[in-house]
Amino acid sequence: MSAPIRVLLAKVGLDGHDRGVKVVARTLRDGGMDVVYTGLHRTPEEVVTAAVQEDVDILGVSLLSGVQMTVFPKIFALLKEKKVDDMIVVAGGVMPDEDVEKLKKMGVAEILLQDTPPQEIIDTLTGLVEARGAR
Amino acid sequence: MARRYVPSLELIGPASDGETWAVARLISRAEAGVPEAREAIGQIYKRAGRAHVIGITGVPGSGKSTLVGKLVQRLRDDGLRVAIVAIDPSSPYSGGSILGDRIRMSDLVLDPDVFIRSMATRGAVGGMAHAALDVVDILDLAGFDKIIIETVGVGQDEVEIAKSSHTTVVVSAPGLGDEIQAIKAGILEIADIHVVSKCDRSDANRTMTDLKMMLKDGIGSALTRGWLPPVLETSSLNEEGFEELVASLDKHLTSLDGPAGVERRAQISAFRLQKAAETLLLERLRQQANYGTQTRRVSDRATDPYAAATAIVDQFSRETTHV
Ligand code: B12
Ligand SMILES: Nc1nc2c(ncn2[C@@H]2O[C@H](COP(=O)(O)OP(=O)(O)O)[C@@H](O)[C@H]2O)c(=O)[nH]1
Ligand SMILES: [Mg+2]
Repeated sequence: MSAPIRVLLAKVGLDGHDRGVKVVARTLRDGGMDVVYTGLHRTPEEVVTAAVQEDVDILGVSLLSGVQMTVFPKIFALLKEKKVDDMIVVAGGVMPDEDVEKLKKMGVAEILLQDTPPQEIIDTLTGLVEARGAR
Repeated sequence: MARRYVPSLELIGPASDGETWAVARLISRAEAGVPEAREAIGQIYKRAGRAHVIGITGVPGSGKSTLVGKLVQRLRDDGLRVAIVAIDPSSPYSGGSILGDRIRMSDLVLDPDVFIRSMATRGAVGGMAHAALDVVDILDLAGFDKIIIETVGVGQDEVEIAKSSHTTVVVSAPGLGDEIQAIKAGILEIADIHVVSKCDRSDANRTMTDLKMMLKDGIGSALTRGWLPPVLETSSLNEEGFEELVASLDKHLTSLDGPAGVERRAQISAFRLQKAAETLLLERLRQQANYGTQTRRVSDRATDPYAAATAIVDQFSRETTHV
């Protein structure tokens, strides 16, 4: 009996689109994961602080406002500053293909965009945690 | 990315220096019940016992998380370091959970002297209360002065957690039905302090009167030595009643300096020993050779659960007494 996967779901900045993140939260709960939700309008600093205290396996950021190229570098810098080197960072929402490539190079493990079926979200995150191994 | 696995014993040092990543990782291992962490958690237990542990319980929606947010702000004004363990129920269907207590505590997030951790009840037998109190020890080691545990107070395990605090606060709220909800949940009698929350609402008076009446009738009055549980009112919305709450918490803590405190601490230790014994025993019994066969026989109705359990325990005792 292993412990459920822990995920923190965050909305950063002025982005008020929260339908997607709520769908994902329920999907992951139904997939047997523990989901910490921090609500809308958080700063990268708040999100990373919470994720580190919660020691989640996965930090998931939902962005539909187009600011991904400024948010994710901040998140990685903050994780480093807080001495966390094994947190999996994933992204979801609406973003252009060119950004997806750049984000992957930056270290975002997976980017799941519009219309990703629930089971695929569960399987992708589970796969990432399994690939990481014990911590 | 290179990932380094840090053994639990090596996390104790940085955790006691207050390094968040180390505290957080130890908590994860305690929560998951990882056997590798047992020795470390044992060592931590021996060093802990300094913090004031406050349990806050009440039905969902009674305003606990919001109240904790305001209470902690008040404690921070006094310069105290505060940790919060916020427990929400797991889904009985999937075993997963959505832990949303943090949403109501967002003002505290960037304060380096506040640590918030969310936990799910998991619904597993025995294990949860055990883990939550290990988590409290880790936070104690990390130097937090006050450790607040928020639970919904339904289910044996959660009632036990609330009871295992030094001070237990039971929150009742107006607008959730005309009965005092805590009575139904059977948690009224564990209160050291009663709080009627949301006193900005016009129907709060009614809740206050109902509660006082019930206590007067002797329902749910804790007969802890020399302590009469006060009934306080708060409004998180208007930030009212928190001076009184803090004063009451302090007063209760002081009351534990005497024999009542000795008794309380002894009860908590006894409970923890019992939980540890249960967990260990269950683990060992499950490893018994006849556990699988007996499980099948119960399922076939070839035997009954009590007889099967007796057979397993008997064989276990025979084997252990012969070594
Ligand atoms: C509904 C909607 C709104 C609603 C939002 C309601 C709400 N509470 O969510 C309202 C009307 C309020 C709204 C307002 C605005 N919107 Co709007 N909106 C949409 C719309 C049509 C659908 C979004 C949606 O809910 N999808 C359904 C959910 C389920 O899908 P999802 O969020 O993509 O989530 C899925 C995946 O992305 C993934 N996922 C999402 N998050 C995460 C996180 C993790 C960790 C993982 C693993 C997966 C994951 O899983 C989900 C399920 O598959 C989109 C268009 C579109 N095609 O996306 C525009 C869109 C997002 N909006 C847009 C804009 C511009 C706005 C406004 C600025 C308009 C304005 N000028 O006022 C405002 C801004 C409001 C604000 N404060 O942010 C633009 C954004 C452009 C951009 N990013 O560059 C879009 C793309 C429309 C467009 N084509 O221009 N909007
Ligand atoms: N009017 C009023 N509403 C409150 C107060 N405190 C909390 N609430 C509301 O009660 C609801 C439940 O609050 P929450 O803190 O999440 O309760 P919990 O489930 O017991 O943790 C939320 O909608 C809050 O906004 C208060 O002091 N006054
Ligand atoms: Mg709550």
